[in-house]
Amino acid sequence: MDFFTLQDFYTHTKGIAYILIVVTLIGMAAFWLYLTDHENDDGEFHF
Amino acid sequence: MFKLKDVLNRSLLTPFNIIAGVIILIGLVITALRFFGGLATVTNLSDYNPWGLWIGFDLLCGVALAAGGYVTSAAVYIFGMKKYHSAVRPAILTGFLGYALVVLALSYDVGRPWRLPYPFVVQAGTTSVLFEVGACVLLYLLVLFVEFTPAASEWLGFRRARNLVVRLTMVLTILGVILSTLHQSSLGSLFLIAPSKLHPLWYSQYIPVFFFISSIVAGLSMVILEGSLTHRYFADKMDETHLREKEDVVFGFGKAASFVLAAYFAIKVFGITMDNNWHYLSTGYGAWFLVELLGFVALPCLLYSVGVRDRNIKLIKWTSALAVLGIMVNRFNVCLVAFNWHLPSSERYFPSWMEIGLSLFIVTVGVAAFKFIVTFMPILYEHPEYKTPHA
Amino acid sequence: MSISRRGFLAWMGAAGITALSARAGATPRHFEGYPQSLCVLHDITLCIGCRSCEAGCNKVNELPAPAVPFTDLTVLDKKRRTNAKAYTVVNKFTSPGGNPIFVKNQCNHCLEPACASACFVRAFSKNGDGSVTYDSSVCVGCRYCMIACPFEIPTYEYDEPFTPRIMKCTLCHPRITKGLLPGCVEACPTEALSFGTREDMLKLARERINKYPGRYVDHIYGEHEMGGTNWLYLSGVPFRTLGMREDLGITPAPDLTSGALATVPMVAALWPALLTGIYAISKRREKMLSGDKQDAIAKAVAEANAKSQAALTAALDKAKKEKEDSVKKAVKAALEQSAQKTQAQ
Repeated sequence: MDFFTLQDFYTHTKGIAYILIVVTLIGMAAFWLYLTDHENDDGEFHF
Repeated sequence: MFKLKDVLNRSLLTPFNIIAGVIILIGLVITALRFFGGLATVTNLSDYNPWGLWIGFDLLCGVALAAGGYVTSAAVYIFGMKKYHSAVRPAILTGFLGYALVVLALSYDVGRPWRLPYPFVVQAGTTSVLFEVGACVLLYLLVLFVEFTPAASEWLGFRRARNLVVRLTMVLTILGVILSTLHQSSLGSLFLIAPSKLHPLWYSQYIPVFFFISSIVAGLSMVILEGSLTHRYFADKMDETHLREKEDVVFGFGKAASFVLAAYFAIKVFGITMDNNWHYLSTGYGAWFLVELLGFVALPCLLYSVGVRDRNIKLIKWTSALAVLGIMVNRFNVCLVAFNWHLPSSERYFPSWMEIGLSLFIVTVGVAAFKFIVTFMPILYEHPEYKTPHA
Repeated sequence: MSISRRGFLAWMGAAGITALSARAGATPRHFEGYPQSLCVLHDITLCIGCRSCEAGCNKVNELPAPAVPFTDLTVLDKKRRTNAKAYTVVNKFTSPGGNPIFVKNQCNHCLEPACASACFVRAFSKNGDGSVTYDSSVCVGCRYCMIACPFEIPTYEYDEPFTPRIMKCTLCHPRITKGLLPGCVEACPTEALSFGTREDMLKLARERINKYPGRYVDHIYGEHEMGGTNWLYLSGVPFRTLGMREDLGITPAPDLTSGALATVPMVAALWPALLTGIYAISKRREKMLSGDKQDAIAKAVAEANAKSQAALTAALDKAKKEKEDSVKKAVKAALEQSAQKTQAQ
């Protein structure tokens, strides 16, 4: 892909970065929920 | 617990209500002027000074002082300091109201507030620090709102909703810390693009770090300050746990604030060191920088430490007010005082009466909302149907 | 030219290493900008301060008529800046010799515009023709571009309640796309404004400096400032005496914030692991503390149990012994009785 300006380059790279940030955050949250056991939930937060 | 009909039976003409009412009325007039006459009718903004009090105070100070939400919930849920648990809900409430008011203030400041969603739904300027600030503030406002809903749910009897949110505590807390780290630092990063306009003693590659660390100080201090005000005016709404844990919060947070202020002092000095800006200290702006660094960073650091060592609650409370003031001084310095320092005084900015009036209006709306919520919802006490066992 | 085998191998080796390092990304990123982009050269020494450029700009952009007509040159006695009704202004300065110097001021159409970098809705575009244009249809009115511009150019329609716009020079983008000259360049009666590709304007500027070294300061303003601009300036006096800042540096605006923005993905990806780790540690510590507590309780209970067990065993033994003793006694008594009986018979 040809970029003539730094501005165009950054617009492209940061655009992809932001999308991946959202994916990462959701992914990490889901992964954490998968890793931790929540079978015995009684609706309270246990420290 | 307090019922709405009890309040309505009492007279509504309390001193607070009268003063608040006047301020709100004035605010509504200013609102009409701003939206029918344009920003020029109400503000002293100019082409040299596009950002004024509403950005300096309502946005920068507002966000910094609402940091108690993420700091307190991180301390309790991530670092496991359970003895501060009673401070979480008030801090989250302050955070939520603070950020909501930031959005309200922005609606006055930007030229076309109905277009505020544009960067996210129309065209994203991803190279902009402001894009990142906007995205994180928006997401964090959502997180804070969700974190606030258990209190409202308990009041309204929405048990299922309340339990669902409580199970998400960990995820929300971690997300809150991530988003706060990002936007607290980025509010400082906004100014990185204007090195030629910000005085060298305040312009630094470390601005994002300065803003982030000072936001922790702001959060800790606001919890102490606001806790002392709440205890003074809403003691009748605090249950035994809250009253009992109050002292722990003051000493614990005071100790933490002292230490973080010491670290903040060090990094500010490194900021000067790395850019070799020592000679600026002997100028007029340098003197003011020293006032900020010594009077509003070093001094509260020292006073907090004395208060903690001597178990002096009163000293810690007064110091928290000094520290909060110091954060405001810093934000004002970056945005209004050290910014455009190179311009002649004829081109410098000072807020208009209406800008000040509107900022006062926004704060009053926040205080009134806080008062209402704290009166009717389980913020300062635990709802009897949802009491959790305490270790 | 002949080359020895050794020399040939040395060159090949060097070329190979260079190629390898290039492939490994060792070369820093460099962007040249759009080729053949158009540019204005403002020769300050030729400006007579007639304000025809201001009039021309006002006309082609259909800006509102000014309070004071463009023919009025007394306005030059005060320093002016661009405003919402004027994309460009001419200012007057005085040379050391006492002669007036006139300088035209407007958007410099930077190669890497700070306004474009700062705008969070991408309302600014750096076009292929060199112009930096503004799209009012997406602008939210945050005015961050005004903070960002090092030349203090963008202005705002603060008295517009519902449709306030940023106002700034467009390099007459619609006109130059059609092959016309920008309004100011066309109106200028002297050669103070020249128009062509950036490459040609730089060449022209260098030629003038070389041809008349005594006339010009040996510097083309805009060649490198803020990474370079599509509006270049030549002057006979130091630029800073003409209100043009010489301390802006050559770093392009996007690079001023790219460092801070680069940390965003790192925080987003690493904080979850870091914070969860801290949580796990604090939870484990708590478990161990409560585990220690439970161990102590269990130990005490066990000790108490053992004690009572020992006491019970002792009591049982004692009872057993007593029973044995009493049995022994009874047997002994019985034996004695039977012995007595046998004796009596």
